[in-house]
Amino acid sequence: MNINPTLATFAHGRSGDKGNHANIAIIAYTQAGYAWLRDFLTAERVADFFAPMQPSKVERFEAPNVWGLNFLLHDILAGGASRSLRIDTQGKTLALTLLQMEVELPLNFHEMTRKERNP
Amino acid sequence: MKTIRIGNGCGFWGDSVDAPIKLAQRGRLDYLTLEYLAELTMSILALQKQRDPNAGFAGDFLDVLGTLTPILAQQSKLKIITNAGGMNPHACAHRAKDILHKAGLTRRIAVVSGDDLMPNLDVLLAAHPFTNLDTGENLATIRPRVVSGNAYLGARPIAEALAQGADIVITGRVADASLTVGPALHEFGWKADDWDRLGAASVAGHLIECGAQVCGGLWCNWHEVKDWSDIGYPYVDLAEDGSFTISADAGPGVNRETLAEQLLYEVGNPARYLTPDVVADFTSIALETVDARTMHVTKARGLPATDTYKVSIAYRDGFMASGTLVIAGPDAVTKAKLSGDALLRRIGHAFDRSNIECLGAGACAPGIFSLLEGKLAGRASDGMANPSLARPANEVVLRVSVHDRQKDKVERFAKEFAPLVTSGPPGVTGYTTGRPPVREVFAYWPALIAKAAVAAQIEVLS
Repeated sequence: MNINPTLATFAHGRSGDKGNHANIAIIAYTQAGYAWLRDFLTAERVADFFAPMQPSKVERFEAPNVWGLNFLLHDILAGGASRSLRIDTQGKTLALTLLQMEVELPLNFHEMTRKERNP
Repeated sequence: MKTIRIGNGCGFWGDSVDAPIKLAQRGRLDYLTLEYLAELTMSILALQKQRDPNAGFAGDFLDVLGTLTPILAQQSKLKIITNAGGMNPHACAHRAKDILHKAGLTRRIAVVSGDDLMPNLDVLLAAHPFTNLDTGENLATIRPRVVSGNAYLGARPIAEALAQGADIVITGRVADASLTVGPALHEFGWKADDWDRLGAASVAGHLIECGAQVCGGLWCNWHEVKDWSDIGYPYVDLAEDGSFTISADAGPGVNRETLAEQLLYEVGNPARYLTPDVVADFTSIALETVDARTMHVTKARGLPATDTYKVSIAYRDGFMASGTLVIAGPDAVTKAKLSGDALLRRIGHAFDRSNIECLGAGACAPGIFSLLEGKLAGRASDGMANPSLARPANEVVLRVSVHDRQKDKVERFAKEFAPLVTSGPPGVTGYTTGRPPVREVFAYWPALIAKAAVAAQIEVLS
């Protein structure tokens, strides 16, 4: 039985299209989570995860003010909104896919999980 | 300090037609923006205009405007900014004028145009290569197939239209965020090189341009939305110094999570978000929670705008069709794959491109995970493992799609779905919607053009 958490335990996100490229924003729930995410979720790791969908290049940008990492996955949409033959022509679901990546439980995970919002 | 309230009641053509009405009723807005144009909408509108010189704009806007007239009668100062004009803003404006006239309202309507590059495309092409930003190819390679080409205009012509007394501004292709920046420029008289404030208004415009997406729509913690039937649409209270609060007329409102998700939506480098008005730095902004439904945004920075406009070109690229069948029972995925493969092989010719998908078994992220293996399926939404959720799909939707330059080949494909109901494996059903439609494909060609080569025009209807 699998007990590893996934990225979704520590982060939320959203994805969309830019022509034939997709962007995936992964946003930590806490400052500690962002520090961990920045070390762990490298462009290489994301490129490996999405290798079956054959992105030609993966770029990573940092937005520390919102504890976010933004990934630009080039040429991953099989033609994009206009000519892709896939059901998800615009990569709308790719953030939820990435958030299901399994991770080792970090030692300070209790500082990284989502706190009660506006109690 | 002076503030103005700008709300966006429409995020794309196809969005809720009730949302703008509710937002205008409940939002106490100064400006209502309505955004209708996606990347490829213009190609569809261009063809509509070719067939009918009075068509080629977002017709939904006229329905919304008609429903809005009682509210406009009550709120004499409410102004509307919309890109519903599409490929034919003048025709749209004249129809809008008729609607207002019939309702007994006097409002000044302005048209912003000049974004349509098609009338001069060959002249422009002599001086501008329109190099494809993604592939580096020259537009000359596909010139005969081009159906539309539009520059993304900025906020300045909108501000000028407002300065000329417009109550309703109807534009062609304008950058989405500029629908918000335009009123701000007009109201506050910011200098053309006040990059930080232009950056701030662009952040505000970017956050609200997709409607409900910033205030509950797509929110990863969706289980906290109490009533999805009234999700709410967003508005900003933008101050003269560029700071703003952002909230919504109903629903969960805007919080740190919904704001951050939308801030990075469809963004490349967040430190350099290019608009016609400014290069906005999304990584500069500071967020502060005002209350559970309202955020305060300050410290936005901007860099000088580039000397080019983005251009969106669409060109004919053959024909496509997609059809579906439901495959149920044991081994659903295996049967679906077998059926899709048989469907394509029963046709006596190949296609330029084809794709077989099993919806319900990982089709949204092909190859990453599949329900067949049950590998990543057993997850609750907080990401923790839940083995009881992991099981192979017992029912999937087979979707087969093809793309070809020859229309007749695609038409032949559309006839091959029904036979599988009797000549495929057991458990095939769901063939009730008839043969899938064959549609023409308009491919997207992003490019740039020097700002000096494009002249925005403003016309106020008398």
